[in-house]
Amino acid sequence: MTFHALNAMLAFPELFLACAAMALLMLGAFRGDGAGRFISWTAVLALVIASLFVLGLGGDRATAFGGMFITDAFASFMKILVLLGSALGIVMSLDYNEREGIARAEFPVLILLATVGMMMMISAGDLIALYLGLELQSLSLYVVASFRRDSIRSTEAGLKYFVLGALSSGMLLYGASLVYGFAGTTGFKALAAVIVESADTPPLGLIFGIVFVAAGLAFKVSAAPFHMWTPDVYEGAPTPVTAFFAIAPKMAAIALFVRVMIEPFGPLVAEWQQIIVFISIVSMLIGAFAAIWQTNIKRLMAYSSIGHVGYALIGLAAGDEGGVRGVLIYMAIYLFMTAGAFAVILCMRYQGRMVERITDLSGLARTQPLLALALGISMFSMAGIPPLAGFFGKLYVFLAAVSAGLYTLAVIGVLTSVVGAFYYLRIVKLMYFDEPVEAFDRPVGPAMAAILTGSSLFTLLFFVYPGPLVAGASAAAAVLFAG
Amino acid sequence: MTASWPILSLVTFLPLVGAGFILLVRGEPDVVARNARAVALWTSLITFALSLLLWINFDTSTADFQFVEKREWIGTFGITYHMGVDGISMLFVLLSTLLTPLCILASWEAIETRVKEYMVAFLVLETMMVGTFAALDMVLFYVFFEGVLIPMFLIIGVWGGGRRVYSAFKFFLYTLAGSVLMLVALLAMYFDAETTDIPTLLAYSFSPEMQMWLWLAFFASFAVKMPMWPVHTWLPDAHVDAPTAGSVILAGVLLKMGGYGFLRFSIPMFPDASAYFTPLVYVLSIIAIVYTSLVALVQEDMKKLIAYSSVAHMGFVTLGIFTGGTQGVEGAMFQMLSHGVVSGALFLCVGIIYDRMHTREIARYGGLVYRMPAYAAVFMVFMLASVGLPGTSGFIGEFLVLMGAFQSNTWAGVFATTGIILGATYMLYLYRRVVFGPLARAELKNILDLNRRELATMLPLVAVVLWMGIYPKPFLDVFAASVDNIVTRYQAAQSAPAQPDRPGMPTQRLLANR
Repeated sequence: MTFHALNAMLAFPELFLACAAMALLMLGAFRGDGAGRFISWTAVLALVIASLFVLGLGGDRATAFGGMFITDAFASFMKILVLLGSALGIVMSLDYNEREGIARAEFPVLILLATVGMMMMISAGDLIALYLGLELQSLSLYVVASFRRDSIRSTEAGLKYFVLGALSSGMLLYGASLVYGFAGTTGFKALAAVIVESADTPPLGLIFGIVFVAAGLAFKVSAAPFHMWTPDVYEGAPTPVTAFFAIAPKMAAIALFVRVMIEPFGPLVAEWQQIIVFISIVSMLIGAFAAIWQTNIKRLMAYSSIGHVGYALIGLAAGDEGGVRGVLIYMAIYLFMTAGAFAVILCMRYQGRMVERITDLSGLARTQPLLALALGISMFSMAGIPPLAGFFGKLYVFLAAVSAGLYTLAVIGVLTSVVGAFYYLRIVKLMYFDEPVEAFDRPVGPAMAAILTGSSLFTLLFFVYPGPLVAGASAAAAVLFAG
Repeated sequence: MTASWPILSLVTFLPLVGAGFILLVRGEPDVVARNARAVALWTSLITFALSLLLWINFDTSTADFQFVEKREWIGTFGITYHMGVDGISMLFVLLSTLLTPLCILASWEAIETRVKEYMVAFLVLETMMVGTFAALDMVLFYVFFEGVLIPMFLIIGVWGGGRRVYSAFKFFLYTLAGSVLMLVALLAMYFDAETTDIPTLLAYSFSPEMQMWLWLAFFASFAVKMPMWPVHTWLPDAHVDAPTAGSVILAGVLLKMGGYGFLRFSIPMFPDASAYFTPLVYVLSIIAIVYTSLVALVQEDMKKLIAYSSVAHMGFVTLGIFTGGTQGVEGAMFQMLSHGVVSGALFLCVGIIYDRMHTREIARYGGLVYRMPAYAAVFMVFMLASVGLPGTSGFIGEFLVLMGAFQSNTWAGVFATTGIILGATYMLYLYRRVVFGPLARAELKNILDLNRRELATMLPLVAVVLWMGIYPKPFLDVFAASVDNIVTRYQAAQSAPAQPDRPGMPTQRLLANR
């Protein structure tokens, strides 16, 4: 096979990012941590350029490396979200890392490498490529989680993430080997063909393999009942890292989940649908009920993200084009809501140190009305109250559930959203109804202010012109079912 | 009005523009508060003036939607930005735009903290209310219908008193829990009819089995909003703890969204299910009328008393709507409009003395007539309108509803009529204790009568109440054609073996077997 036949240029955005990461690592090694800010902004620039490359590739379906690597509209859509999420993660970490004395040159480099892994996951066309991408991502994330290495909480978070992440990788790998053993191939396309052939009597081992793969992926998207690591890691990791965890890896893992379930295992939808329905329901329930008793805002956001994954999985449970479109729209909106919420959490500083208790937000509407407004918009949106963006995300996944006849799932979904509304409202209540305790430090900083403004405006005004996002998601969802 | 002039959108979104201006106001707290009040008042007055154009140009001879605007919105699903009013919704739009400036006037001095945010919340609320009544697409309707919750939650929670946090949460979660089921139903309708366009859906017929589920889901939402017994318990709490203006809007407009929903969705879209569930609605309505009237009788808090009376009055509305006859439905419509004005005004009356004495306990008042003759007169008008005295707006609505009820079910009529007697009892009893009797309490000796601002708030409402009571024809004319349309179709759907193309309908199968 010649180099040409590999079609490697399809992976140009990934190659570019990997090279950029290496170059920045060198720069960091020679110039020291003093160049941290420069390296961070260069990394952001690299992410922006990579997203332009992704756009430049267009949405046509093509494969590289003998089918191991797929580019299509679905991959482009999710890659843009991941790149955006990573860029937000780096920008949000800038001031924080400097203040906390953990501004090291490796940080943006690790984020870039994780991003490369995520993009590989999204484009994976083979179980082996899938695993490679996943591990590249995970290894970088384990390090980032314990980035604050002299803090016990942070190192504990990293270790926990590593041990449980390794366990889930093991499950996934075990599932993949079962699938290979019973189907005789690891390529998605070939797998689909094998499964279609034996559609009436799929081998039991194959089903077992799919269950293990699904369990491993559920771990990665932090869906219940594989969510246990999430609250601890979210709480322990440095806040910008938590923000990053809540956004970019989640996008990639959901994308991978969707592609694996639909492309190779799509013909077996009747077999795995009930698993996804179960995971989705349990995630929504845990996300709604467990969050009620949280007092730490980061833990609360962890449970909230578990709930949101549950909602997104409703779309996957539907297992059709409308469902995938719902997932994509939901995740895109989730990105903006979460970015807005975490930007506010990063502003929760009192006399130079970070505070994380929910009650620290008391009276924020008096002391910093704009910050309170931004978090309020985020919270109402996460609760799914129209006309904010979060409502439309839920609308599309429920639409998919109803169209697939999953009425029970839809009803449980809307009811848990009422329970969830309770704890989102509690934050609004603290900010707006209660008396101020102490004013957070000012100023917020221009980068953070820009993120806050951008995400709030998106969430608030999405309803005015939802067309482009919906159209993009529709096109992206369509390619998975094209053939 | 020409089609090129999107008057309905102007009425809907002008308050938002005003809210935007208020957000831009900067400076000293005093100046900001003054400017915010002024901008809010002027915006709402202009909105009201614009909405009057709707009435002036309204064609009463047709049941069609008027002032229709339609634009692409969410292209993929054919969900459009579709606005328009018919006889049912037009007066509700006017009710919303009338009450908002009065509420802003009533909050002029009562709201001292965070005036800017308060006015923004109120204007956003107005947009959502008008939008709810004017939306002709179900998703758009839902967006406005639910959007109301955010500003109202803040209004109760931030500027309320007592257990404001508890009440705000209760209000929000009760209503949300009801509404989300409607959302699922709405999506199911979309997949059956392949549209969310309300006029198209009005002409569509759902299969009877599906109607049952859809009806129940919509009922969950509207029954909470209305509120009907036994899901009314959020209302007394929300009313008591909301600021005066919040109570006015709650009682005046938000409760009407439930009734509007029944008339817009349940009755015309699910006629079979509506007929099937009519006994249930009758029973719940009668319990609401009798039971909550009795509860109102023993209340010691004025606002709570009026809140329970609202539940009872809404019982008349649901009773009237589900008689499915012309008198009943027209009566329900009229009762809703009248109650919107009267209960709003009663809450304003309570607010006026609350501002002076900072208590709503009935026992703390007495003999107000000696110090506040104008107040006593105004209060009396609304009290009598609430009782349903002929010559006031309350009479027409209740009379028509009772006529409809007796035609459809004598027992329902009899029980409902006892509600009128109970209503008279608790209102007169309230009035006697607050306004008459000796002026015994020392702190009441220096209480002041209505000032000019308060008169300006109350007199328009007095005029409307008397106008509606003495010459109701203009109001009845507005919705006559639309009500007639609904009733004709509803009765046709029941007598005829409807939907000949749909197998699975019981009557259809019966006929086929013959």
